[in-house]
Parts: sequence; structure tokens; C-alpha cells
Amino acid sequence: METSLMKILRLAMMAAGLLLSLQAGVHAQTTLRIGLAEDPDILDPTMARTYVGRIVFASFCDKLFDIDEKLNIVPQLALSHETSADGKEMTIKLRPGVKFHDGEPFDAEAAKFSLERHLNMQGSFRKPELATVDHVDVVDPLTIKLVLKTPFSPLIAQLTDRAGMMVSPKAAKEAGDKFGLHPVCAGPYKFVERVQQDRIVFEKFADYWNKDNVFIDRVVYLPIVDSTVRLANLKSGGLDLIERVLATDIKDVRADSRIKLSTALELGYFGLTININNDKNKGPLSQSDKVRQALDLSIDREAINQVVFNGEFTPGNQWVSPEHPYYQKAFPIQKRDVAKAKALLKESGAALPVSVDLMVPKGPENEAVAQVLQSMTAEAGFDLKIRLIEFATSFKQAQAGEFQAFLIGWSGRIDPDGNSYVFLHTNAPQNDGKYSNPDADKALEDARLVTDPAQRKAIYEKLTRIVLNDEPLIYLYHRKLLIAHTTKLEGYKQMPDGLVRVIGLKLK
Amino acid sequence: MLNFLGKRILQLIPTLFFVSILIFSLQQLLPGDPALVMAGEERDPNVIAQIRKQYRLDQPIPVQYVYWVKGVASGDLGESLRIKVPVRELIAQKLPVTIQLASMAIVIAFLIGIPAGIVSAVKKGTAWDYGANLFALWGISTPNFWLGIMLIFLFSIELGWLPASGYVPLSENWRASLASTIMPAFVLGNAIAAILMRHTRSAMLQVLESDYVRTARAKGLSERSVILKHAMRNALTPVITLGALELGTLLSGAVLTEQIFSIPGFGKLIVDAVFNRDYAVVQGVVLVTATIYITLNLIADIAYILVNPRLRA
Repeated sequence: METSLMKILRLAMMAAGLLLSLQAGVHAQTTLRIGLAEDPDILDPTMARTYVGRIVFASFCDKLFDIDEKLNIVPQLALSHETSADGKEMTIKLRPGVKFHDGEPFDAEAAKFSLERHLNMQGSFRKPELATVDHVDVVDPLTIKLVLKTPFSPLIAQLTDRAGMMVSPKAAKEAGDKFGLHPVCAGPYKFVERVQQDRIVFEKFADYWNKDNVFIDRVVYLPIVDSTVRLANLKSGGLDLIERVLATDIKDVRADSRIKLSTALELGYFGLTININNDKNKGPLSQSDKVRQALDLSIDREAINQVVFNGEFTPGNQWVSPEHPYYQKAFPIQKRDVAKAKALLKESGAALPVSVDLMVPKGPENEAVAQVLQSMTAEAGFDLKIRLIEFATSFKQAQAGEFQAFLIGWSGRIDPDGNSYVFLHTNAPQNDGKYSNPDADKALEDARLVTDPAQRKAIYEKLTRIVLNDEPLIYLYHRKLLIAHTTKLEGYKQMPDGLVRVIGLKLK
Repeated sequence: MLNFLGKRILQLIPTLFFVSILIFSLQQLLPGDPALVMAGEERDPNVIAQIRKQYRLDQPIPVQYVYWVKGVASGDLGESLRIKVPVRELIAQKLPVTIQLASMAIVIAFLIGIPAGIVSAVKKGTAWDYGANLFALWGISTPNFWLGIMLIFLFSIELGWLPASGYVPLSENWRASLASTIMPAFVLGNAIAAILMRHTRSAMLQVLESDYVRTARAKGLSERSVILKHAMRNALTPVITLGALELGTLLSGAVLTEQIFSIPGFGKLIVDAVFNRDYAVVQGVVLVTATIYITLNLIADIAYILVNPRLRA
């Protein structure tokens, strides 16, 4: 009896051992496997809307313009651009000899088609980004002219993202709204296949205009939601690059000689949106700017950074980070001053403790930040009541004004307009606290009309002064984009938009 | 028999109808607005209004329900709001993955649970018994996600034997496919093995004390023959039923385990769909899962009748 049972057990163990020793399929040496934090949405630049989707687009869908590390706008499928004196026409010269993945030529007609598709297609998410474009003219086979309804200086920045992505007119016409299932663009890699929630595969495009700088044969994107597992895959060699490493894992990554960390400061920010005038749930924070200033003064941003993010992030007080060309150095981060905060609260006449409903989308980092805020502000006389909520629900409640303060981030846009207008302008779509100040509105509008950076910076200085006084949004910190990759990958540089660019990369 | 079958199948229709209403109304209780979720970070009001119109989210819920049921009746489960892929196609893509994972998990559970249960019953009160009980306690109380991550650390990072996550279809490369599913299958199987072990043990203990086992022993049969040929066969009937029930649960997707090992099965599909408020996918998957359950139930009923003729009346 015992012997037979032992036999069975031994056999079972042998079988398990055999299975365990099976290796995964052998990957070709020049396949770059990228671990994503989510499964991207549809791969159609007109209908896509997720950040993670933009990472995938970067390998197969070139844009008219791109950015460099210092946020300068550089040509990609365009060669140059020129804005007319009245700011209402933008002429763009296109790169010659460019082909789409289906062999169709990229020319002025194709560029016009792509832009009009973004503008007119049902379900397009690019409409608001290109809203100021009235129509597109073909000047010659390699020149287009964008005619605008009103001058709009952030337009060029829009063309460095999905709104500037060019699709093959032939393929787009044939596929209609199913184009995203087999996208055809003009990027370094072409689409091979996608298995939902499993993988998206691309292979090198032989006729790419910049093919001499493409060294890897295939790129495979694998969505792996759990950050620990993503990192484990990188360590075990199952992946070559992962995005969104947790700040708390940085030490671990740095300690491993087989992997390398690439970082860049994000374009966005994290902050507290204050409900100033959005119906029912207004609280003491809406009564006076003094109460909001007191809240701000009771916060030690560097302490949040040290406690929650191991000092890896960057404290901030404006909608762009201190490293951004549009950061207003005249308005640095104020030091925490509890005495002053208490004095301001007294002046405001608010009843102590000032009870505030703080809406916090669930997540370990958010929760930790909220707790640190709670204990810091308590010293000045605030009583932050943390209300944890699922992310999707938080948006709905934010819109409905069911919050007093809302801890929320913004992924950021290249142009400062993208980080300010929609949050601060009266009745703008993301102005959840219904902040309204005619002077702020004027500054936001003016900044859209001029293209000269010095002039724009002067306008944003005015805006900064107003916003830091009114405090409709208390900016807290800027996250660091954390990308880790195997040391076998050479030439990787992290750009501030968080995208993973594959041009020039080599795998040893 | 035919009469009975007809009746049971007819009963299926109102059941499925009720389930469909339940699925539809329950997800309306999900807080959050799918149009707002779909509109992404920008939340442009025009875009939101357009999404509402395009997906009939602006219509009353009963109207939305009628459209959905009409589609389902013609075999159209709708289209994912997020990725524009027909739900039917998504389900067809995920079902084989889930079936493979569930079957492997059940095989592992039986391979571990039954021998452990038998040993523990036969060697009652010895170190073997305590060892097996300890194992069962461990299996039941170990959280899946923890065991999963520990296995990844051991077999992928430290030893480098297995891929940390991901899935390779059986048809593509069977060895790589087994390698990619063995860890999640073990995690799932381990928990079930513990339950099976407990049941096997108690069933065996009961059987071992019954008259026919005593008779078998009195006939001079070897202990091995008594246990394997006489006692085990009878003891295993309830255990197999239990295993089949567990298989049904596994087929509806193993949410946490699939998430940790990035196995693109039913569990992952439905979790992603819920978080993205991708209603069409949630509805489709739950409907299919419910149908599988109901069908399995029907098959069980039929099998029961085949075995026990007294129920045929």
C-alpha cells in the first residue's frame, strides 16, 4: 500500500518536475518585449484615448511633429511649419518619399485626409484638440495649409500627438470605424496582430523613411497590470522594458545590475482640486481664498515627497514643473507655515476645526498622500475627512460637484495651455470646482493667441499670480516617469511625455 | 425521459430571461458613467454627448435592454465600447484559455488532493495524517495572489525555469503553453486540492468502517486491494461531484490568478470590462457564464436520472 502510494507520489513529482523544467518559447534575439501597465484601447489615432495606447502608437504611427528631451518641437513626417502673421494660417511642408505600411504614398492629399478624418469622423476624440481648424488646403503635393477659425498657438503641440498622426487613406476608407483592428500608418513598425489583453505584435517596416535607424526586428507589447509581476518579468528576462515602475520599487531596480532605470519628470501634476462653486457640496474651502491659502500653507510638499515617494518626485506649486520652460520662477513653492495658516483661518472667521470632505481615488500612493495631508493640515486646524472612491466613480462625482477637495492628477500636455485652460477657465470641461475669474479667463485666452514664447510667458505670469492667490487648485507634486529596461537594450532615452520611442534602439 | 428533457429545456427559457434582466439591471447599479470613462482624461462635453448617443446610453434603461436582448436573440452580443471588437469574438478568444487553465487546475487538484486524503484516512492519527491536515489548512488559508507571487519569485526570478507571466496558446507551442500555465494552474489547483483532501478523508473514514469493507477484509483480501478497489471507489463519488462543481467555478474565470499571471482568460476580461465600464462585454461574459452553469446543471440532472431511474416519473 505504502509503496504504491509512494510510487504515485514519486510519479506525480516527476511529472511536475518535467513540466516545471519546460522553458517558454524561444524568442528571436531582436524582439523588443515591452510590458505595459494596462491593455490599450483601440489602435486608431482618431478614436484612441488612453495614455497606454499612445505608448503603442509611438512604434507604428508617425506624427507630423515630435518633441525632443527639452520639449522643443521637431519635425517628423513634416519638414517645417510656418504660421501667418495674423496667426490664422499654418503652412506645413511635408517630408518627401514617405510610404504608409500598405505601400501608399504619404503626400499632401493623405495629410489632408488624416486631419479631416480626425476632425469629422463620428466617434473622433481629436475633434476638441483640432477644434480651431476650419479646413485644410492642399497647396502642392508636399505642402498643406491649415486654415484656422481663430489663432491658436497650442495647435502645433497638438500635432506632436495623436492629432498629428497620419493614416493611410486607402486603408482607413476601407476599414471605416474598424481601422483600429488593423491600423495602417507610416511608422517604423507595422502592425502584425493583437490578442486582447495578451499581446500586440509589430514588425519592422522595410520601407520606413528613417529605416537606417531601426535596428530591432519586432516589437511586442504585453499588458501586465500588476506592477510587481511586471518587474518580476523584467528581472527574469521575460520582458526587455517596462513602464510605470512604482516609486517604492526604485531601490530594488537600482540594486539589480541587469536592469537600468530611465526617468524623466512628467508633463503633468498632482494636486487638490477645490470645489469653489459647484452646487451642493461646497464647504468652508469655498467661502474664502484665505481658507484655501491656509490649507496650502499647512502643507509641506517636500515631506510628502520624502514620506510617500522616497524623495523621487518633484514638489510643485504650478501646473507645470519647476523644470519646465514655462515655470514662473518668480512664484516659488512657499515654505510650510502653520502659524500663518492659523492666522489666515482666524481672519477668515471659519469655525474650527475646518472640516473638509477629501475625495481620493483608491490606490496605495493616493491613500498615503491623503493621510500625510490629513496629519499635516490638522496642525493648522483642518480636519480632512478622507473619502476613498473608485477611480471611474470619482470622475462622475467630481463633475456633479460632490466633493469639497479632490486629490487628482493630470498626465500633462506639451503646451502649458493643455495643463491650464481646461481646468481654470470658466465652464471649461474639467473645471470641476467651477472656478471663475474674468482676469484668469482673459489671461488663458490671450495665451492662446500669441505664438512668441516670451510674450506667452509674460501672460502666464499674470495667470500664475491670480491662480496662486485664488487657489482653485492646490498643486502638490510632479511625478517621475519611471521606465526600467534590461541593460541589453542600448540607446534608450526617456522623453518627458512618457512615450517609449523605438528609433535608434539596439538589443545586444 | 423525453418528456422530462423537454420540460427542463422549457424551464431554461424563463431562467435565462430572468438572468438577463438581472445582469442588465445589476450593472446599471455600478457607480460611474460609462460615457465619462470612455471620454478619457479630457472629458470633453461634446465627446461625452456623442458617446451617449452612439451607444444609446441616453435612452431609458428598458429601451437599452430591448436593443440588447434583440441582439442577443440573433446571436449578436454587441461590441466592446472600448476596443470595438465584437463581444462574441472576445469570448471565443478567451474561452479556450480559461478551459485550459481550469482543466489543468482540476487535474492538479485531484492529483494532490485525493492521494493526500486517502493517506490521511488510512493512516489516521499518525504523522501522515497530521501532515496532510497541515497541508490542507495551508492550501485553504494561503491567498492565491501571495502564492502566485512567491512562485514567480522562485521559479522565474531565482531559478529562471518558467516565464513569470503571459500565455502561449496550446496550438502554437504546447511546451511553452504548459510552461506558461503550470504556475497559475498550480495556484488554483492547490486551493481546491485542500478542499478535496478534506472531503476524501472524511468519505474514506466513513467507508472504511462500513460492513462491506469489513467483509472484504474478512475474505482475506490484501489491504491494498481493500483500499484501492473497494473503499476508494465508493468514497470518491461525492468528491468527484465536488470537483466538477469547482470546475464550474473555475470556468467562470479566476480573477486574481489571471491578473497576476497575465493570463488572458475570462477573469481578466471581465475585471477589465468592469473597471472600464465596458457594459457590452460585462453583459456578454456574464450571460455566457450563466448559460454554461445552467447547462452544466441540466446535464447533471440528466445524469442523475440516468443513474437513478426512480426519478424518471
